[in-house]
Amino acid sequence: MSPTPRTLVGGAPSATYLLRFDGRELTAQAGQSIAAVLWGAGILAWRTTRQGGAPRGAFCGIGSCYDCLVTVNGRPNQRACLVPARPGDTVTTQEGTGHAELGV
Amino acid sequence: MPSSASDTAPPDLAIVGAGPAGLAAAVTAAGLGLRVTLVDAGERPGGQYYRHPAPGLGAERPEALHHGWSAFAEREAALRAHEEAGRITYLPAHHVWAVVPDGDAWTLHAVAGTGPDEAAAALHARAVLLATGSYERQLPFPGWTLPAVVGAGGAQAMLKSGLVLPGKRVVVAGSGPLLLAVAGSLAAAGARVPAVVEAAAYSAYAGHLPALLRNPGKLGEAATYGSALLRRHIRLLTRHAVTEAHGTDRVEAVTVARLDRDWRPLPGTARRIPCDALAVGHGLVPQLELATGLGCATRPTADGTLALALDAEQRTSVAGIWSAGETGGIGGAQLALLEGEIAAHAIAGRTVPAALARRRARLRAFAAAMGAAHRPGDGWTGWLRDDTDVCRCEEVTAGRIREAVDELGARDARTVKLLTRSGMGWCQGRMCGPAVAALAGDGPAPDRRPLSCPVPLRHLAQLPPADG
Amino acid sequence: MSKRHPLDVVIIGAGVVGAAIAYYAARAGLSVAVVDRGPVAGGTTGAGEGNLLVSDKEAGPELDLALLSAGLWRELAAVLPHEIEYEAKGGLVVAPDEASLGALRDFAEGQRAAGVEAVEAGADQLRELEPHLAPGPVGGFLYPQDAQVQPAQAAARLLAASGASVHLGEEVTGILTGPGGVRGVRTRGGELLAPAVVNAAGTWGGRIAELAGVSLPVLPRRGFVLVTEPLPRVVRHKVYAADYIADVASGSAALQSSAVVEGTPAGPVLIGATRERVGFDRSLSVEALRRLAAQAAALFPFLADARVLRTYHGFRPYLPDHLPAIGPDPRLPGLLHACGHEGAGIGLAPATGVLIAAALTGARPPLSADPFRPARFAADPAG
Repeated sequence: MSPTPRTLVGGAPSATYLLRFDGRELTAQAGQSIAAVLWGAGILAWRTTRQGGAPRGAFCGIGSCYDCLVTVNGRPNQRACLVPARPGDTVTTQEGTGHAELGV
Repeated sequence: MPSSASDTAPPDLAIVGAGPAGLAAAVTAAGLGLRVTLVDAGERPGGQYYRHPAPGLGAERPEALHHGWSAFAEREAALRAHEEAGRITYLPAHHVWAVVPDGDAWTLHAVAGTGPDEAAAALHARAVLLATGSYERQLPFPGWTLPAVVGAGGAQAMLKSGLVLPGKRVVVAGSGPLLLAVAGSLAAAGARVPAVVEAAAYSAYAGHLPALLRNPGKLGEAATYGSALLRRHIRLLTRHAVTEAHGTDRVEAVTVARLDRDWRPLPGTARRIPCDALAVGHGLVPQLELATGLGCATRPTADGTLALALDAEQRTSVAGIWSAGETGGIGGAQLALLEGEIAAHAIAGRTVPAALARRRARLRAFAAAMGAAHRPGDGWTGWLRDDTDVCRCEEVTAGRIREAVDELGARDARTVKLLTRSGMGWCQGRMCGPAVAALAGDGPAPDRRPLSCPVPLRHLAQLPPADG
Repeated sequence: MSKRHPLDVVIIGAGVVGAAIAYYAARAGLSVAVVDRGPVAGGTTGAGEGNLLVSDKEAGPELDLALLSAGLWRELAAVLPHEIEYEAKGGLVVAPDEASLGALRDFAEGQRAAGVEAVEAGADQLRELEPHLAPGPVGGFLYPQDAQVQPAQAAARLLAASGASVHLGEEVTGILTGPGGVRGVRTRGGELLAPAVVNAAGTWGGRIAELAGVSLPVLPRRGFVLVTEPLPRVVRHKVYAADYIADVASGSAALQSSAVVEGTPAGPVLIGATRERVGFDRSLSVEALRRLAAQAAALFPFLADARVLRTYHGFRPYLPDHLPAIGPDPRLPGLLHACGHEGAGIGLAPATGVLIAAALTGARPPLSADPFRPARFAADPAG
């Protein structure tokens, strides 16, 4: 069997739980960031840019590039690579500024 | 600098950053009798180098993803002991956005927590050690904004903390010793790595043999990574670069081309390598904005970045402000640990042990040699097309930056920014800064980010009013 | 340095004022060179918000200059590339209470006599004009002539459109003089010869005057600006509270602030700016940030939840009577000044360019430049 990150470090998560991404149910391992949960599900993009509408996801992985901004439980512009996934989180692809509700 | 007996007096020392330098400084300083506040943006100590899974992930062998784990484990244990004893106040998930003078002490303003739990925090200390580390240097290329094109350090960080991979077939590219470590980790965790694409030639090390040979430990580390690649049959292509990433919704293949000495792609050498992810980075950039905001002097380094100008005891040019680790020039975790210990001795008013100073000099020389070998050649801009986004946040293309330089009178990165918005977005130029400076024909300029991270306006509005 | 064409004028300063002078001087048929020690828009222009305001100026010479400029900016917007982001968005001044509304009414009355459009708006109309405005203001005035440009772009495009020969990164180290007055400038790169030299060095204009052997008391007045995360177009006008006007006119050295809040085409909301006389101090003033943030959130409560991505500061060039110096210096024939515009340089640049071009060619200026005489601070103004 080919190795996986888990076989490399061994052990098991203390819990797993569900969160929703754009209506889809994903399984999170306790202690993962939202970006890690999404990568684990093979999802690499969860934001579209303001000008070009281009898809983006995690890039720097350490909170410096802000490319992984996402809407979590209705709050836009959360860094998915830093914010821990919590049971029952609703994660939504963020379009543009993430503040469409403010437009006049 | 002895501790004050008063509970209300500010601690002797605030350390910003709990990576190798900050952590080593904290436990050393506490051991020498100082009262220390250790404040860190991360959730757990260790910084980027010793990034590791949260306890909830239940990893039995986090050391499998690390080189030199014991150096961290010992210090983390010491940190917990000092915390118990009340000598260190450790504040994780605190991102310091500015350090400002406050009488004969310092105030550190921070955003604490993430998401809905975000709160304002202000800390005080009589001396400050900035151990803010570094972030990855990125050089753009067509397609680098596609999903699944990720930082090499980013792929490593996501693996170390979240136990995830960006894809199954991951090309690793860019320049610098980190690439070998990343390729090794990704492969060990089950990814196929079709190639490691390194822009420098390892023969470039030849000019620096004395510095390299004085550091057998560091060479051994590189050899470990190298032999791991051999064992896994990973191709190492030196003096090559990924000059384009292809795909629509995510990367599907990369073009790899041979480079000349100046990193200019050689015509007719391009070939395609299929992949479903690309991990790319060109070395590291010291994170200096807290220091430069205080007026700390900088110096150019061999790798083409700017670092803080520090004396032999880790003092910056501003009295009361010290720094250790990558901020003094990219040099790796061993050097950072050492410099943290040196700084702690100096801040505590102790004599710095001669052995530490000697090792520091040796490791600094090694770092300079590595930096010179991996310094980007001027020709890399040859792989940019006019429609390539250089600034990821504001989607500013190379063509617009070239227009600002060639036709509108921009001569430096700052003016390019004013004319094009490159570097004005969320990341404040961390991703595009080196590229914009190169396109402007400008050397690296000191970071000018008076706010080191985004601050909720509410936090600013609720600061205590100044007297008068 | 090339001497292919004999120059008529050398302009020191590649900010918006120097660029506008180059533009109008070239249009008047003069051969122009612009020299700056830094890049285009490298000084106060690059730190500006791009305000083209008539609303904050009381009736008087500065307002006349601002009104002339407002018309010129409209013309320029039609010929310069759209990247200058000219927006005739209008300014909205809000009054927290009846007393301040009354004062605003008197102020606007004087402005109207000078040609300013000022439309009183009641509390309900304020909400229609700015749906996110906090409840509270009892009324205010809409100033449709207030507009905005992106200042660095405006300077760069004016300079490019002027066709002037541009010498960037060349610091002027001396003003060359002869028996007849000015002969040109010396830079680190060589000499630029011309019978006229214009000091458009902004906050650093006093130093250039000194090089020419005359005095001009230009001093820096620091200002901080806050920039939020990108947002949809939430704020439509330039919105500020009535006490801003008193701050602008104040000569006090102490920190003053009264936030001007506005949206930008790129998305961020700009919140500016403080005023304080602290010399060229580049250190961060947390108190300045606090005041701007508190005042902006008081005007627009939704801003409390926005993230501030950056802050920057600049140094406005001010003269003791808060009027710019525009015109020939009688103390040295061939030397002209065009600096000291304080926080209004972007707005006043085109009119300044027109006045200087008229002075250079002997044409009749569209308005009297007499109040802006550069030698008015000298003990013996006749020189």
